[in-house]
Amino acid sequence: MFRNQYDTDVTTWSPQGRLFQVEYAMEAVKQGSCAVGLKSDTHVVLATLKRSQSELSSFQRKVFKIDDHMGIAIAGLTGDGRSLCKYMRNECINHRYVYESSMPVGRLVRQIADKSQVCTQRSWKRPYGVGLLVAGLDSQGPHLFSTCPSGNYYEYKAMAIGARSQAAKTYLEKHFEAFPGASLDELVRHGLRALQSSLSEGELTDANCSVAVVGKDLAFTLLEDAAVQPYIAALKEDEPMQAEGAAAPEAAAAAAPVVVPGAIEVEPTAAGGPDGGEAAAERALREGEGPAPMEAD
Amino acid sequence: MLPRPTSHSKALGPGVAGPELAVATSAVLDRPPQPGAHLPLSGAAPCAVDPAALGDPRQHTKYPYVTGTSVLAIKYKDGVLVGCDTLGAYGSTKRYKNTQRIVRVNSKCVVAAGGEISDFQYISNLLDELTTDDYRTDDGIELTPAEVYAYLCRVMYNRRNKFDPLWNSLVVAGVGPGSNGEGGSAFVGMVGMIGTHYTDSHVTTGFANQLARPLFRERQRDDMSEEEALQLMYDALKVCYYRDKCSINKFQIAKVTGEGGVSISEPFALDMRWDYKMFAQPTKWAVGAW
Repeated sequence: MFRNQYDTDVTTWSPQGRLFQVEYAMEAVKQGSCAVGLKSDTHVVLATLKRSQSELSSFQRKVFKIDDHMGIAIAGLTGDGRSLCKYMRNECINHRYVYESSMPVGRLVRQIADKSQVCTQRSWKRPYGVGLLVAGLDSQGPHLFSTCPSGNYYEYKAMAIGARSQAAKTYLEKHFEAFPGASLDELVRHGLRALQSSLSEGELTDANCSVAVVGKDLAFTLLEDAAVQPYIAALKEDEPMQAEGAAAPEAAAAAAPVVVPGAIEVEPTAAGGPDGGEAAAERALREGEGPAPMEAD
Repeated sequence: MLPRPTSHSKALGPGVAGPELAVATSAVLDRPPQPGAHLPLSGAAPCAVDPAALGDPRQHTKYPYVTGTSVLAIKYKDGVLVGCDTLGAYGSTKRYKNTQRIVRVNSKCVVAAGGEISDFQYISNLLDELTTDDYRTDDGIELTPAEVYAYLCRVMYNRRNKFDPLWNSLVVAGVGPGSNGEGGSAFVGMVGMIGTHYTDSHVTTGFANQLARPLFRERQRDDMSEEEALQLMYDALKVCYYRDKCSINKFQIAKVTGEGGVSISEPFALDMRWDYKMFAQPTKWAVGAW
């Protein structure tokens, strides 16, 4: 990290017109583990990678339910994330008390952004060191927002924040056109695959990743441990499909698959696997047993 | 000169410091009522203390002054209709004959009120602030009638808890998605001055509770056509005018529909007949009457 004469105070500008403290705060977000969010026309999905301090400790929670229609994934300073989570929950519940309806997502995100901006313009405060992915549904449809310590916020079709999020973003950029019409299962699978790209070592297990979904008739539900296992298993079965492009998944052998192994018209894979093979494999899995129905935690 | 203690108590008046009686002890407040206790023995009027006035100097609403009478609202096929007259009565005097008791909140919702007109103006102000906030936020989201209704319930109930009610019977009506985002459904609800509230297919306040409600129960259906609904509203307004002494033959009807938004009609009069035989000679056929 470089040292600067203009980075001691959040209220000091640099000659280039930058606020270094705010930028350093955004670095803190990049130190957090990866969180991915994506939305379709009916659902929003968050997928996050959890870290644990040591083999003995539990994994740090990254996804928080704010209200039945809204939830967040955090990347960065967990303490700041919890504080913002408490503020958001309070706002939602107060809104519900007065208006007996769910708080519009964009308005709450703007309030968070305004709160974050205040911390960049007071000499006795410091910026929040956490970025949020806010997933929610309101009268205008499904939303995915990303906030950052600078007080900026944007709405996204799909986004990833945290460590090595660029790899996840690359995956999302490649596939985002398929998201609007995707089913919930497909969306979750895309999210997990995006998350996988940001793994430096090891692989996704039910202990180190958590998924959350919210949709039109689906309250915000957190899937962890056993609940997320079927999706991870499905992901693993996809991989041999992608790699070899011919062998039928073993799990689907239990039920009678409509697609016969070898009948899948697929070219021998180059990098990344052909989309046609993937879609055919997914169809096979769905018509077979497919992942378990969603259970709330 | 020693500074003389002054009292700001209403019981004593300005610039006067009373004796120890100025302090409201139980000896003063709880003593049995004595005739002529307010008249001092030696005529020192400024030093007389009225214990009753030693309480909270704030005033609370005790009774309304300029009032509106009934409000009626019904659902029909395309949306909702709200009707009321345009009178602001000052006790028995029909003083303000041009008050608008129905107010547009946004493109999907109206609120109408009976009771104290000044309190209703205050409530309109509050709703205006909410609507302006929505406009300023500029995200395409408007308050739905159900949200306006829930908000007003909280306002009325909180004021009642302070023993300072807004002396109104409010009717909230409009079309909007349900809170779960269902497609355009009509909404009609009433909030009273003590926070009592309910929603239904038809709602009335004041005298219309007794006069118009039977008509609504018999004839109102959620799928009525607009002509049927208007005819029902006219009949109900007529009955209210015939039988309510503090009403005038000048009405306004507001219509809220999914496509058309809000439209509040110009004031109009209805045909009334006062030559019914029983009105003219009420006791003609009554046995033993004179």
